[in-house]
Amino acid sequence: MARITAGIGCSHVPVLGFAHDHKKTQEPIFKPAFDGFDWTRKWMKEEAKPDVVILVYNDHASFFDMKIIPTFAIGCGERFGICDEGFGPRPVPDVEGSPDLAWHIAQSLILDEFDMTIVNEMDVDHGLTVPLTMMYGDVPEWPVKVIPLAVNVVTYPPPSGNRCWALGEAIARAVASFPEDLNVQVWGTGGMSHQLQGPRAGLINAEWDNRFLDKLTGDTDELRMIEHVEYLRETGSEGIEMVMWLIMRGALGKATKALHRHYHVPVSNTALGHIVLEPTG
Amino acid sequence: MTRVTDVASYLAEFDDIPGTRVFIAKRARAGYHLNQFAMSLMKPENRERFKADERAYLDEWPMSEEQKEALLARDYNRLLDLGGNVYFLAKVFSTDGLSFVQAVSTMTGMSVEEYQAMMVGGGRSPEGARSIKDKT
Repeated sequence: MARITAGIGCSHVPVLGFAHDHKKTQEPIFKPAFDGFDWTRKWMKEEAKPDVVILVYNDHASFFDMKIIPTFAIGCGERFGICDEGFGPRPVPDVEGSPDLAWHIAQSLILDEFDMTIVNEMDVDHGLTVPLTMMYGDVPEWPVKVIPLAVNVVTYPPPSGNRCWALGEAIARAVASFPEDLNVQVWGTGGMSHQLQGPRAGLINAEWDNRFLDKLTGDTDELRMIEHVEYLRETGSEGIEMVMWLIMRGALGKATKALHRHYHVPVSNTALGHIVLEPTG
Repeated sequence: MTRVTDVASYLAEFDDIPGTRVFIAKRARAGYHLNQFAMSLMKPENRERFKADERAYLDEWPMSEEQKEALLARDYNRLLDLGGNVYFLAKVFSTDGLSFVQAVSTMTGMSVEEYQAMMVGGGRSPEGARSIKDKT
């Protein structure tokens, strides 16, 4: 049977992709951000070795525009190309999908009353590729198959934190009923505190972010009750991306422990957060 | 957060956040063509046409005169008021060769250097920036 063995939370700041692609990861401005992923890269390669990652992210007006705005979209295709975000596509490998598992999850979720949008063809942007880069570094092919799960966190209202958590729980049920023996991880990406617009741009709330990281561990489910307005007030207008981490946390079940944790301010306009979680029952 | 059944009061709270335009339906609707125009700049041939004659390119889109003028002036706060979303507006400032940090700083009334120094110093504190009404 397929099983969820770990969850990862990770910011997807675009400048990290830029720094990696231009071999600037050791420059003083970027080094502290990248250093916090050394542990994870080693662990992924030597111990964790997932077969498939369900990668929860948001598109930033790259593939999706204002024409169609799916709240939850699951990528069921064989392959996903890399978006040209205005400077040419990032020089990273295309992303290989896991269509059998993805379709199984899509069917299970819809029957479980989560009305997913099924996407067979799409390109993916930095929201998905930056976390892959942070976890795997420079590779000719990504050593893992990926099921992209795109969440609308741009046009209000995004889904509630509670709904995201519940979707994670339903994903766990779906994975557990897939007959193939697969090692599956769920990643929640985006955040942490940041605001990219208006006179309040540049807001960072390290205290709030660290409390959020604390509560991803243990058996509390307090985070699912945080209201949109609290993310907006406390973590800036783009801090709302953190609801995507709750899909990951919901998928890990009743309790978790942290294997690794990293927090750094700033990466351009953003607070960088990263955590590796293991379900503990 | 569980179920919200009162959309009006859900939305009303957003107006109490200082210096922030939340991208709600009202703005998404007013800014539809503005954002789709910005999206068109993802294509190199459209960027070239826009750069060659900005006004003529803008006139191809069913935008308000106010929106077109704010675009020509690169007045990003005004563009947010008129329904622009920052991820779409990013296509405009990328066309101008500006980074997120450079473009975002123009919305804060700070110079790029001052803004960068604030970020390196840990960013803008949430103290006093959470609520207009409660001054928290």
